[in-house]
Order: sequence, then structure tokens, then C-alpha cells
Amino acid sequence: MAGYPWKAVGTPHGAERLEPDDGWSGAIVCADSDPEAAFALCRTLRKRDMPLSPLLLIVSTDQLSELELREDLFDDFCVTPWRSQELDARLAHLFWRTGRGTRPDLVEYGPLVLNLETYQASLSGRPLDLTYMEYELLKFLATHPGKVFTRETLLSRVWGYEYYGGARTVDVHIRRLRAKLGEEQANLISTVRSVGYRFGQSRWGA
Amino acid sequence: MERQQDYVLRTVEERGVRFIQFWFTDVLGTAKSFQITPAELENALEEGMTFDGSTIDGFSRVQESDVLAMPDAKTFQLLPYLADGHPVARVVCDVVNLDGSPFEGDPRHVLRRALDRARSLGFSFFVAPELEYFYFAGQDGPAGKAPVPLDHGSYFDLTTHDLASQLRRETVLTLEDMGIPVEYSQHEDAPSQHEIDLRYTDAMTMADTVMTVRMVVKEVAARHGVMATFMPKPLPGVQGSGMHTHMSLFDGDTNAFYDDSDEYNLSPVARRFIAGVLGHARELTAVTNQWVNSYKRLIIGYEAPVYISWARNNRSALVRVPPTKKGKRDSTRIEYRAPDSAANPYLAFAAVLAAGLTGIEQEYELPLEAAANLYELSPAQRLAEGIESLPGSLSEAVDMMERSELMAEVLGEHVFEWFLRNKRAEWADYKSEVTAFEWRRYLTAL
Repeated sequence: MAGYPWKAVGTPHGAERLEPDDGWSGAIVCADSDPEAAFALCRTLRKRDMPLSPLLLIVSTDQLSELELREDLFDDFCVTPWRSQELDARLAHLFWRTGRGTRPDLVEYGPLVLNLETYQASLSGRPLDLTYMEYELLKFLATHPGKVFTRETLLSRVWGYEYYGGARTVDVHIRRLRAKLGEEQANLISTVRSVGYRFGQSRWGA
Repeated sequence: MERQQDYVLRTVEERGVRFIQFWFTDVLGTAKSFQITPAELENALEEGMTFDGSTIDGFSRVQESDVLAMPDAKTFQLLPYLADGHPVARVVCDVVNLDGSPFEGDPRHVLRRALDRARSLGFSFFVAPELEYFYFAGQDGPAGKAPVPLDHGSYFDLTTHDLASQLRRETVLTLEDMGIPVEYSQHEDAPSQHEIDLRYTDAMTMADTVMTVRMVVKEVAARHGVMATFMPKPLPGVQGSGMHTHMSLFDGDTNAFYDDSDEYNLSPVARRFIAGVLGHARELTAVTNQWVNSYKRLIIGYEAPVYISWARNNRSALVRVPPTKKGKRDSTRIEYRAPDSAANPYLAFAAVLAAGLTGIEQEYELPLEAAANLYELSPAQRLAEGIESLPGSLSEAVDMMERSELMAEVLGEHVFEWFLRNKRAEWADYKSEVTAFEWRRYLTAL
């Protein structure tokens, strides 16, 4: 799917349950087999507090008439049998139009900027020389600012496999990251006593 | 391609890295490297780089001598101290045979095997060494001459105090840029002696880190025309340079050394581990103290251990159990005080770990804590208390290692044999020397 990570979702409930922590970036809804259910799903997605957009609809040629008066339910559509180049181009265009670029490239927090495309991190314009795991850990934290994570969560989400050090490895990497961030910015990552770590300010401003 | 490798390739491209150094370590703990260009990198990450193992100590075999350096992508790191112009990066390598099997002479492989053994018992092994070293005047120092401490060198632009603090500042900043948090201190008791305390990590990362720190310390000093040395005992009459190593075993998130029902807060695991280390100390000293010169540090009177014993607050003991604040269960640890800064960290950590694990597996009994200052006991008293000494010379240490099944097992036959041969040769060379001591003492008197 043009290199984007994706998940298959069957129902409005599934869309809620499987949603990633940082939210869906968009949806592709296949309406060619069960149009009623597909339009219902579109309607639900559009009625959320934060209406889901962009939404790409896939329809068959004889369904084109059904799109009438449903223009609010989708941002673009593609006719089956679709070609993958066409789908890629439409997705790229939709993301560009909705201001997301081709993918969420930059994560910024104060003086810290992470470029997810090139794996580069910088602090006030000065590049940070991170090892791969340090980068991955910083990326995970910086994309979830204000949230507190336990060591176990970080280990399973960032490392994703068993590692020599166990959960203590997380402490080691946090310390290494703080060293590289330097004294002034070392407090970007705070230790939450007997819980774990938090990047940036708490959501409650505490 | 794996994301780690992709990360390395993209970083090289984005940062305009001109050269990538491939680092590995020989059996004696000497850092070795060759460098490749970005054009070769992608292939090297996948397939490794062939080099001639026979050119390097301990990496030689009679027939096939080609081996592969396989970069460990997660150790990829830019080298800030070489950052003039185009950046240079390093990556630590495993050495493997052409068929992909681990090369028996690779110290990383020796440590990994020991860590696997710990893992099979449910433990991960954490270490935090304190590295001591000296600064001396002159970059190379005249071969065979006594070194000149900085205090006696002539520096026109900086006082020696300024120079030492500048070296210290640069070293700390460089290490922190490389993600190595340190505590740094200057000794008062020996001239120009300094100490870097490293915060704990898993043992493999720490062995890589020790190699890096030794390199950075020397590099920063050399830029100022100063020589840094990790020689165990560079000057007579003052303290030598040790690598006191703090160690603990963790079972998941739990410090396996801690037990709050014990009067010393030491768990049975900790007690047996200490007993194992003490029980095998004489066999493994050839590895933790591998040079002729190492044994000039292990003498009475300079805070270096001599007698095989453990204690909580007694710096003459070989194993010290540092007191920890109440409730600080994670910091319960033991400190092994014999190793010196010129040991091969991979082999030293592997040897001490293996001795401790043997103590756990075979449920060794921990001897009583050494109560008094052991240096004040008479030989008869020590005999009565069953307190033995560490080997007094490299020759003695090698003899003890040779008889040790444990050391043959932890090092593997290849390294074990090579090490014994190499150290016997070093001792033979040393024995054929006539020293300044002998001229002073005997030349006119006899």
C-alpha cells in the first residue's frame, strides 16, 4: 500500500479498537461488495469528534451513480479494477492536499526535530549523533509527548524483542539519550518515580 | 533490509560520512580497525568484510586465515573527536569464519557465550567499571625511559592544572556526545592520575564502551601533545591504575543480588556469586591482570587487593560489597577490585561472570567477611584463617590459569591455548631483562 503501514478493519467498532495511539492518518473504504455497510462506515468515520480525513472510496463502475448526494462521505474515489500506481498517486495527492505531505515526516518538540524519513535528529539545528536504538527510543517518546510509559512498555514497543539487559536496558538508553541531549535539554525526558519515563510536559501541566 | 541497516546507510548519506571504521578487538584487548568507504557499506553490512586474520595477534590459524568482520549495526556511532570536516563513523564488529560461524578467537564471542550461560540461568549481567589512567608529558614518551608526569612537564600557555581540566572537559564532552555518561575525578594521591567512572550497562555494551573510552581518552590527550596511558603501574611508589568493576545480576527487573531479609541485604545468589569469584580468583587473574607490569600494582600498600577475601567496608578486600542506601535495592552490587585498566574487557567480564555463575550453580559457600585489615595479619594468622593470595607474578598467574578447567571452558580452547602461549613468551622476554633495580642494587655491591 505505497509503503504506508495499514490495518484491515471490518466495522466502525473495529476502526475504534484498532486505532493507533497517534490516530488514523486516513482510510480506504471498499464499497464494491457491500455498499450499504461501506457507506455506513464512512458516515461513522465522518461523524467522529475529529472527522477522519482523507477518505478514499473504492467502487465499481456500475456504482458510480450511487455516489450522488454522498459527496460528503469521501474525499476521492477509485474505480475497480484499480491499478496500484493509480491508488498510490491518489493517496499521495490526498495526503498532500490535507497538509500531511506524503507521510508524517517531521516530529518537532521545542528545539528537537526528528526527520522520520531520513532518521536524523537535531537539537536547535545541531545534528544529534544517535545509535539506532537511541533514535528509535527518542522517536517513540517524541511522538507521544506528555505520556508516561513504563519500562516494560518501552521495551516491548521500541525493542520489540527480548534483549540482553531486560527492562534495565531502557534505563541505560534513557541515560545515553540524556547525555547526548546535553545538560540543558536532558530534562526533555523526565523520570516518573516508580512508574517510568515521560517525554516533554505532562498533559496536565504538572 | 533490516531497519537498523537502513538507519546506518541513511545516516551515512545524510551526514556526509566519508569513512566508516570497523572496530574489533584482539585477544589482548588491543583495539583494531580498518576503514571502508560509504560505497562499500551496504554490501559490508549484509555480508561482512573479509580480512586476513593471521595479521592480528590471536586471530591466526595455520591453514585458513581469512575471516569476516560482521558489523553490529546497533553499535554504529559517529565519532565526534574526528569531526573536522567530513564526519567519520565507527561500528563494532563480530569476527566470524567464512562459513558464518563465530570465530573462536573473537573476544566478543567469548563474552557472548558467557552471557548466554547467564541467560540460561535467568540472569542478565550488568557492570560498571571505574577506569584509572595517567597523563604524562610528551605524546609518545621516549621508549624505555621513565615517564614524566604532567606536573613536571613544561607548558608555556597553560598551567598543568588548566591543562588537566581542559583534557577532562573535552573528554567528558566527547564521551557524552557518544552517549557515554560519565563521572570523572582527579586523584590527589598519584600525580597526573585520573579516573572515569562509567554508569552501568549490560556487559557487552560496557566492554564496547571500555574500548571506546580508552580510545577517546588517548585521542583527546594526543591532540594536546599529552600521552594518556592505561599501563597498570607506570610509576613506582604511587598507586597503579585499576579497573574496579561493579557487578550485579538481574532476573528481569529484579536485582537478584538483593534480599532485604539478609543482614547485609545479600541474596543467596549474591553470596554464591561472590563465593564463586573468590573461589576461582587465582585462576582468572591472568585474564584480569594480563601483563608483567600488572603484578607490580597488586602489592600491599597502594589500595590494590592482594588477599582473597570479601568485606563491606574494607578497601583491602578483593571483593567489596558497597553499602547502599536503604530501599535502594537496584544498586545492591559487588565490586571486584583486581582488574586493571589494561585488561581485555570482554575476556575480563566473561571470566569473572563465569566464576560467579559456577558459584551459583554449585552452591558455593561464602567464607566469613574479612574483619580486620588483612595487611596487618601475620602470614601465620592468614594461614589459620584460610586466606590465600592472588598470584604474585604473571608467571604464577599463567600457571594457575593453565590448570583451570573453568578458564579453558570460558575462553574456549582456541583463546585459552593462544593466551597461555603468548603470556609464557612475555614472561620469558621479561626474565631475560636486566633492570635498573639490579644495577642499582648489585653492580657495585657485588
